[in-house]
Amino acid sequence: MKLSFALLTAIGLSGFAQFTNAADITGTVTLSGTPPAEIEIKPLENDPVCGKMHSGKVTTEFYVVGANKGLGDAIVMLKGVKAAPAAASAAPVVLDQKGCLYVPQIVAIQTGQKLVVKNSDPSTVPMHNVHINPKAGANLSEYSTKISQPQMSGAADLDYTFSAPENFMKFQCDVHPWMFAWVTVVDNPYFAVTDKDGKFTIKNVPPGKYKIVALHRKASPEGVEKDVDVKDSGATADFTLEIK
Amino acid sequence: MTQPSPNRWLHRFAVLTALATLALIGIGGLVTSHEAGMSVPDWPNSYGYNMFLFPPSKWVGGILYEHTHRLWASMVGLLVIALTRWLGGRASRKPLAIVGLVEVLAGLVIFAVLPHEKATGGFLTGIGGMVLLAALVWFRNEAAPSPLPQLGWLTFFIVQFQGLLGGLRVVLFKDQIGIFHATLAQIFFVLTCLIALMASAWWSRMANPQPATRNPQPSLLPSFSTLQKIIFATTALILFQLILGATMRHQHAGLSIRDFPLAYGKLWPATDPASIEHYNAHRIETTDINPITAFQVQLQMVHRIVAVLILIAVGWCAWKAWRKFSGPLAKISVFWFGLILCQATLGAATILTNKAADVATAHVLVGALSLATGAALSIIALRFPQCAAGLVSTEPVSGTSNAANLKGAMDVGSAGEMPAAR
Repeated sequence: MKLSFALLTAIGLSGFAQFTNAADITGTVTLSGTPPAEIEIKPLENDPVCGKMHSGKVTTEFYVVGANKGLGDAIVMLKGVKAAPAAASAAPVVLDQKGCLYVPQIVAIQTGQKLVVKNSDPSTVPMHNVHINPKAGANLSEYSTKISQPQMSGAADLDYTFSAPENFMKFQCDVHPWMFAWVTVVDNPYFAVTDKDGKFTIKNVPPGKYKIVALHRKASPEGVEKDVDVKDSGATADFTLEIK
Repeated sequence: MTQPSPNRWLHRFAVLTALATLALIGIGGLVTSHEAGMSVPDWPNSYGYNMFLFPPSKWVGGILYEHTHRLWASMVGLLVIALTRWLGGRASRKPLAIVGLVEVLAGLVIFAVLPHEKATGGFLTGIGGMVLLAALVWFRNEAAPSPLPQLGWLTFFIVQFQGLLGGLRVVLFKDQIGIFHATLAQIFFVLTCLIALMASAWWSRMANPQPATRNPQPSLLPSFSTLQKIIFATTALILFQLILGATMRHQHAGLSIRDFPLAYGKLWPATDPASIEHYNAHRIETTDINPITAFQVQLQMVHRIVAVLILIAVGWCAWKAWRKFSGPLAKISVFWFGLILCQATLGAATILTNKAADVATAHVLVGALSLATGAALSIIALRFPQCAAGLVSTEPVSGTSNAANLKGAMDVGSAGEMPAAR
């Protein structure tokens, strides 16, 4: 009985400790300035196979601007945090090829975390050809012989795991030259991609003072950095990225 | 000095080879314009298939352009092998046999020793086999007049090297190789055009001309000499311009300047880091999406300036030739100027249509024609100045040639200078 009580107490305390030692950073990334208009992806619409998979116009999605000028598809991450690469058991992130487009087009993963590239297109699209463009030396050497990998319709998923941090690594399909996705590899687990209204939540951040940075592939590829003090109750960090 | 009669069918075959090469440049232009250069990631196989057995059902997206380019290039390769054999006459059989045998053996060795390079071995064996076949052709034809056999051999080696470059561009992922591949394609096209020109009856008549129809004025001598030099220098400038163009096209960054005739609203655009960041933030592309750099902006500005220089230089040549000389020099110069005007218009249209694939490819094609025309004009003006200037007739003659009477004049003429008034 005593043992059980002690065990329950220990579990409760550890849970409380975990609760107090992990908080969320929330915030919004907004865009200042007027973005250029998105354009129709004519090569896709004119493609005899891929064009039939879309009923309306298909446009580029470089600037996803939502309510109150919230900027979607921005990456927010902590900088300078020492962390081990993600465990092999960490949940993989999926990058799909659907309707001759990459979905989603902006992805963030941790070093060591698996990125699964799927091909969900029907057999009328015989193949995609996943061509990655790593810039970091370690990523480049790891994939030097797998820079370009064909993926036939119905073929097995392609798995990628990167060991070096890198912003906006370009994924492209060499068969369909309008297909792009950008994968950001972060060297810690504290990052998020903003939703269509520019909102983000970075979960389970230990309390402390950090540098936090928000990047956008077009508006601010280098990013805007600020300090954030994470308390037990969490923290808020809002960013404004200016399109110059 | 007299030239043997040209073989009409040889000339036609050379023209066919030049036209096939021009079409190949056009298909290559479509490959780059559609960003399809890497759509078939292996070479010489295509997605593991033998190139010639790749199912048409898989020719989708950019594969259509890239695979057609490979097949068409193979056909041009065969044409060039046949042309080399024809130009070289029976004397070419032995060297062709040696080259073919070496290539077949090298291919078989690669096939046996390097299992992961089986495709390369097969490709080399295939080429060697075709060369051997050309060597085995039993026609005992005479060699074409010099320098046609030599030019044939040059194109023979270039076409094979060019095929290798195209393959390496794919397997090594090197854009720099693409630039060299595109430039060499232009030079190769010029060579095929020169072969077609030199194998023509017209070339033969220029080598065996009629007597002078009028005496050159001594005052024209410096003028002709200057014209020769300007034509040659302008042709070199066009080649430089085509290298600039190839460099721009193989950056995969689309248009680094999107307005014309100004550049970002100015005569010379700002290229500081803040301005480049601004340009990139406002660029929306569908295929050429790499961010642009200051170098690329400056490159397009140099391309524009060189275009103006070429327009002025060719315009001057046409005006000078038309005013002071008659004959082929005047006619070809005016044609050349027409091509350059067309090219300048296509250059502007490339920008104004945001690099539409068909317009950009037409720009590449007319560029190739402009270079070939300049090269032909340079050689005609240098080799046959009297004919070029219309001082002797190149019309067909019946009876004996007057070549002997003109020997002195042509000997001086072939050195690149006009003979003095007789």
